Amino acid sequence: MNATARIVKDKKSEIFELWMKNQLNDDGLREDLMNNEDLRIQSEELLDSLAIALNTTDITDYDSPGFDTVNEILAGISGSRAMHGYSPRETGLYVLSLKRALLDILQIELAGQTDLLYQETLKVNNLVDSFSITTFETFIKGREEVILRQTDEIAEISTPVIRVWDGILALPIIGTLDSSRTQVVMENLLQEIVATGSSIAILDISGVPAVDSLVAQHLIKAVSATRLMGAECIISGIRPEIAQTIVHLGIDLSNIVTKATLASALKFAFNTMRLEVRRKTVNA
Amino acid sequence: MILSLKKDLIKINREQDVVLLRNRTKEFAVKIKMGLVNQTKLITAASELVRNMLRYGGGGEVSVEAVTKGRDNGIRMIFKDSGPGIADVNKAMMDGYSTGKSLGLGLPGTKRLVNEFDLKSELGKGTTVTIIKWANG
Amino acid sequence: MERIPILKMGHFLLVTIQVDLYDRLAMDLEANLIREVNRTGAKGVLIDISAVEIVDSFMGRIIGNIASMSKLLDAQTVVVGMQPAVAITLVELGLELPGVHTALNVERGMELLQGMIISDDIIIDDDDDTFPEKGFDKDQ
Repeated sequence: MNATARIVKDKKSEIFELWMKNQLNDDGLREDLMNNEDLRIQSEELLDSLAIALNTTDITDYDSPGFDTVNEILAGISGSRAMHGYSPRETGLYVLSLKRALLDILQIELAGQTDLLYQETLKVNNLVDSFSITTFETFIKGREEVILRQTDEIAEISTPVIRVWDGILALPIIGTLDSSRTQVVMENLLQEIVATGSSIAILDISGVPAVDSLVAQHLIKAVSATRLMGAECIISGIRPEIAQTIVHLGIDLSNIVTKATLASALKFAFNTMRLEVRRKTVNA
Repeated sequence: MILSLKKDLIKINREQDVVLLRNRTKEFAVKIKMGLVNQTKLITAASELVRNMLRYGGGGEVSVEAVTKGRDNGIRMIFKDSGPGIADVNKAMMDGYSTGKSLGLGLPGTKRLVNEFDLKSELGKGTTVTIIKWANG
Repeated sequence: MERIPILKMGHFLLVTIQVDLYDRLAMDLEANLIREVNRTGAKGVLIDISAVEIVDSFMGRIIGNIASMSKLLDAQTVVVGMQPAVAITLVELGLELPGVHTALNVERGMELLQGMIISDDIIIDDDDDTFPEKGFDKDQ
């Protein structure tokens, strides 16, 4: 067992009290978010698990399974702190304050053995640094999960396929069209064409903020796929500024039927299907 | 880091082996819960590559493999032949280029269907193409 | 030997592809179909691919060939029932089957062919009658 491991084991309560004292004296203490009793419990659990890990595993092997429990507890702390409204900086400082306490005790215990103190300080530094990285990773992972879930939700709710008439579908597209979104739109559109036997689909892009050459390419793909299935695809909702960008970028949409509004696209669809909308005559 | 879960080797000597390969690829793709569109893209890509293999490489061997990377599952396929090889790989990857009488969108089109595409070729020794399609890719 | 049946329905030929196509089978289909178009004097060819899960560039080329060859023999080709996943894949592959007509199902395909044959038979070109002009033509 190396020097630090022995010191952590023998002087655990001193380290703990020093760490707590540092934390409680710190200006950044968030008593509004967590009371001191909970903070004590949390910190004690972490230090206990660290002592156990150091007992069985070498201090330099902080990536090995021996430290899994410590890392799990850290991840738990990071996650719950994030939920309670701690900033990542505050959580980071919490973990780093443990380093301070550990080093202070090491300095006392290894007084006079400069070489050993230097070696052990390095090791403790590396260990606690790796802990703080773990907390950051957990924090980011938590955020990423939220983002991923929201992306999925947005993709699902933002592409409704509406049956505007027997044989005519409309898809109002809202937001930016990227390639994964196009994939979802296309799949929904084509499946609905099969399910309803529709022969005309209107893609309305009034809600698309900008059309660059990539978005245009995605639109062209959707139109081509619809045609391969045996249906026609009209693009409507082209605002003047979008018409300008399309031409300035040199995008060729000449093979695609485009309309300014959903209403005129619908009129075109009626014409194609040989349908007519007429005002009712009241008196025969 | 990409880890391998399950692997299968299929020898390709005749045209009918293409059907066998498609079916095996589908089995693997279904097992990792790949969506229908991505399945179709993967199998179409495999179909293109195996046809090249028969036409230019005189057959060869294909490995189908379920792989995992972090949270993603995917299918990796390696197409290996000992044919004449491709003289100019960059040229072969351009749209519209072909030495055979196909439509000339074999390789670049295939690349668009998958998430990862790697082609290594040595003149006189053969060609190896590796593709990966992620289940949610 | 495997063979894909070709059915004659009035002026049209109907092919339903239900097996996995490998190259030889597809090439045989091309040859047989063209022979049948010639023998029967069919005006249209319907290829139903609703059961086909994979269309790669080779298959695409065969379908394109059938359409071009039939056209030389004065018959139109309509591909019907393409699966959404197949359509998306073909577009990504860059294969958009130019010159081939498409329809959602066999019934719609038939209607499309009927329409094309009628417009073929009637030579009078009555343009687009969706915007009828009222009365005032010559006097201006």
